[in-house]
Amino acid sequence: MALLSKKDANLIKDPLTDNNPITIQVLGICSALAITAELKASVVMAISVLFVMGVGNVVISLIRNIIPSKIRIIVQLVVVATLVIVVDQVLKAFAYDLSKTLSVFIGLIITNCIIMGRFEAFALGNGPRRAFLDGIGNALGYGVILVIVGFFRELLGSGTLFGIKVLGDPIAKTGLYSIGYENNGFMIIPPAALIVVGIIIWVQRSRNRALIEEA
Amino acid sequence: MLEHLELFFKSIFIDNMVFAVFLGMCSYLAVSKKVSTAVGLGAAVIFVLGVTVPLNWLLDKYLLQDGALVWLGPEYADYDLSFLSFILFIATIATMVQLVEIVVEKFSPSLYNSLGIFLPLIAVNCAILGGSLFMQTRDIPNIGLALNYGISSGIGWFLAILAIAAIREKIRYSNVPAPLRGLGITFIITGLMGIGFQSFGGMLTGDNEPPEETQSTTVETTKEEKEIKEEIEDNEKAISYNEAINK
Repeated sequence: MALLSKKDANLIKDPLTDNNPITIQVLGICSALAITAELKASVVMAISVLFVMGVGNVVISLIRNIIPSKIRIIVQLVVVATLVIVVDQVLKAFAYDLSKTLSVFIGLIITNCIIMGRFEAFALGNGPRRAFLDGIGNALGYGVILVIVGFFRELLGSGTLFGIKVLGDPIAKTGLYSIGYENNGFMIIPPAALIVVGIIIWVQRSRNRALIEEA
Repeated sequence: MLEHLELFFKSIFIDNMVFAVFLGMCSYLAVSKKVSTAVGLGAAVIFVLGVTVPLNWLLDKYLLQDGALVWLGPEYADYDLSFLSFILFIATIATMVQLVEIVVEKFSPSLYNSLGIFLPLIAVNCAILGGSLFMQTRDIPNIGLALNYGISSGIGWFLAILAIAAIREKIRYSNVPAPLRGLGITFIITGLMGIGFQSFGGMLTGDNEPPEETQSTTVETTKEEKEIKEEIEDNEKAISYNEAINK
């Protein structure tokens, strides 16, 4: 990391581990869970959020001194909404099927608390360069959890990754299925996402006991 | 009348904002430590949803939809402004939330203090925008149903946060493994509650099943009725499972 000073590197590194937006800051869970049944949707969602956060943080940081603090929420919403409309239109144009799968959840990036949370907590008080790094870092931290959840749900639930049958064919009984393996249909239903995230939190906090909450 | 009733129960139980589509999770997790604050926030959400969904329905109908501007004159019939819906919906919501904040501060300062930062955060509560966006994608046909949808989704959210707050108040006295304390266990409990709510899925099967079947079940004795219902549920599970595999 010769390009970045240590302080700047931490802006990207921290959200990936000990200050993760989903498992520690409890932000952005809203739109994260419903679309993680497939890895592909998770990755697209992560990239969309990465774009919106990176650009949004820079824009807010550039205009932070001219926003009257009373109407800052509306200004932030307008900035995010504009960026999300761009993402939505691009997806509709180039990946129509995927944008149908994600349906309203692309729109819900607007109300993704990570974005508002980072605008409020960081972009309003820092220069555009640091704000950009912070946005990228947090979006990556969000994306990592999304991809982990998507990976396990798709692998255990449908036996596929990115739609490729990695465990063999369940109907022709090849691969793992020939010895009696069954897909776990439970992983497909929405509540499974919550339980997977719960387990991720459990693992993370067992490894780093400083993160354990007081009872 | 019947469609109102159906939409009402469907939005509360089957398409529950929290358990089926995970909307409004941030405030759901953050404000559910005490029942009293949970009730306050839940009531605010019902109110804001009940106001914003019909308002956004009007916007959608007379401004955004393909050809919605035709009331201005025939030359406007080709306009499709639906790409603007995000920005207009969120503007409506932010304005309404500001209004609710002023009203609550005036009439119930104690509630205002206990809700603290979360009142303005209703503006970015995904449940509110989600309500409007689902209203748009599901093509709710008239304003009465839109009002119904807003209020009943709000009630569903209210029930969810009330239930989790009550459980979290009790769980304080239980011996939860240290790394799971707080957030972790809340996630897992919500997941389990979600599985419970999935069982409501069989409540309104409506148009999927041929009418003869439901008639025959009412004629049978109660024991057989149960068996048949179980069979139907099993079939449905198998079907949804197959669909999931096919996907």
